[in-house]
Amino acid sequence: MKRRDFIQQASVGTALISLGGLGLQSFSTINNSKKITILHTNDVHSHIDAFSPDDPRNPNQGGVARRATLIESIRKENPNTLLLDAGDIFQGTPYFNYYGGELEFKLMSKLKYDAATIGNHDYDNGIEGLYAQLPHAEFDFISSNYDFSNTIMDTHTKPYKIFKKDGISIGVFGLGIELNGLVTPANFKETKYLDPIEVSQDMTRLLKEEKGCDLIICLSHLGYDYGDHSSKVSDIKLAKATENIDLIIGGHTHTFLSKPTIVKNKADKNTLVNQVGCYGINVGRIDFYFDTNKNKSANGVSITV
Amino acid sequence: MRFTHLIYLLYFFIFLNCKNSKVELSKIEASQIQVTDSLNIDASLEAFIAPYRNHIQKDLDSVISYATDTYSKTDGELNTAIGNLMADIAYKQANPVFLKRTGKNIDMVLLNYGGIRSILPKGNITKGTAFKMMPFENSIVIAAIKGNQVNDLVNYLIKAKKSHPISKLKIVIDKNNVLTEAKIKDQNIIADKTYYVATNDYLYQGGDGMTFFKPNDSLYTLDYKIRNTLIDYFMKTDTINPIRDDRFIQTK
Repeated sequence: MKRRDFIQQASVGTALISLGGLGLQSFSTINNSKKITILHTNDVHSHIDAFSPDDPRNPNQGGVARRATLIESIRKENPNTLLLDAGDIFQGTPYFNYYGGELEFKLMSKLKYDAATIGNHDYDNGIEGLYAQLPHAEFDFISSNYDFSNTIMDTHTKPYKIFKKDGISIGVFGLGIELNGLVTPANFKETKYLDPIEVSQDMTRLLKEEKGCDLIICLSHLGYDYGDHSSKVSDIKLAKATENIDLIIGGHTHTFLSKPTIVKNKADKNTLVNQVGCYGINVGRIDFYFDTNKNKSANGVSITV
Repeated sequence: MRFTHLIYLLYFFIFLNCKNSKVELSKIEASQIQVTDSLNIDASLEAFIAPYRNHIQKDLDSVISYATDTYSKTDGELNTAIGNLMADIAYKQANPVFLKRTGKNIDMVLLNYGGIRSILPKGNITKGTAFKMMPFENSIVIAAIKGNQVNDLVNYLIKAKKSHPISKLKIVIDKNNVLTEAKIKDQNIIADKTYYVATNDYLYQGGDGMTFFKPNDSLYTLDYKIRNTLIDYFMKTDTINPIRDDRFIQTK
């Protein structure tokens, strides 16, 4: 076949496909629905054991050994699962005081956490204290707006990470809170805090346009919301000021949301903001369903929260 | 070109089309799962944690002193036995370290009421007691501030009318809340003299609205946690029996 003929045939081919309608479309949906499950925690604060039965506020709640069972069963149901943490892993029980975070990292590794971002309390034994525990963590620390280049943590964190699950690319980036005023400078040393909104704009551009991610998740320790009058950047503020973030997994403010907040982002699309309180009392679960079916543009993404 | 060729070509394009058409997000479902006792405990993880837990528990339960009574931060308006105890311990434990490093003595101590996180119960004192009283990691810092800033500190305490723990500072106010006496180590406060005030890093950063630690001539960090001052003091002291005294009082 000559090239010219091929091109002609090709255009016939495409014309037929576009005319073909139903029959061809049904082909494209066969076994092409995909599901990605995101599980997340935040501000676990060294709560390795469950609260005691006589705890006045959270009796019998939490506990890593129970969380492990839960996560395992969800992974069995859907192997295409990511497990993420939004920071403040350290500080809150004697486990931290005695072992400096070693057990927290070891257990998270056993639970097969995929990534975590860094919270202000993760600096409680100084940046050296965090660094010293890194060998116990078999997961990545993702931080996009802390510049560690003049610190011992340099090259030990990632600005973003792209996970591939069932052919879906999931881009994850991480944001930390302003450390000045919250952490003593002797502890954070020369960690430089960069503007979270500017960094997010760069990250989403990179992950969406250059890397072609199907899903973008922000792991944030900025805090849920400080109101319109506060100059502090919160997850709500971040969601409004950016685009292409599908989900912000938050922390820091220990906010117990009964369901994720749906925020209209800069491009007037939906961004989900979620946070599950603290101390490992809850695990958040978000299921993302993907389709090659083009019905989406007609119906939009349906969100059930 | 035969018709069958066209069919093959068609399949070829359909195939290409499938490969190229990007998957699209169609649906999101969110839920929150409570971690409760209805979930089974992962036995292997539990076994992994047990030695750590047992070691901590054994250490926390070890008796290091004895309290003759139960002391609470709510037992008194302007000064309390437990507050006096904590501030005096901070002085007794931190001053030798400070003196050794700098050749200077701490002039006074100010901690915060909110920093006393539990009562000191009557009976055996364990390391666990110290963890309950001070679960946070705050450490002692010493700020070198001028007498006029110490006066601001005194005015802050009079306004707050709360039993923020103090040591080596004496304040007397009259029934109209007007200051009648303010002394550090029994001496009047001199406005342009430098005083070495020990506090915790939280207050030094302006916590609880305490803005008088800045600016300062210098700051000394001892890397000595408040909790460890308690543990160290309890370990060398048989019996703990603090009293409410006259360090901050209001005359009738």
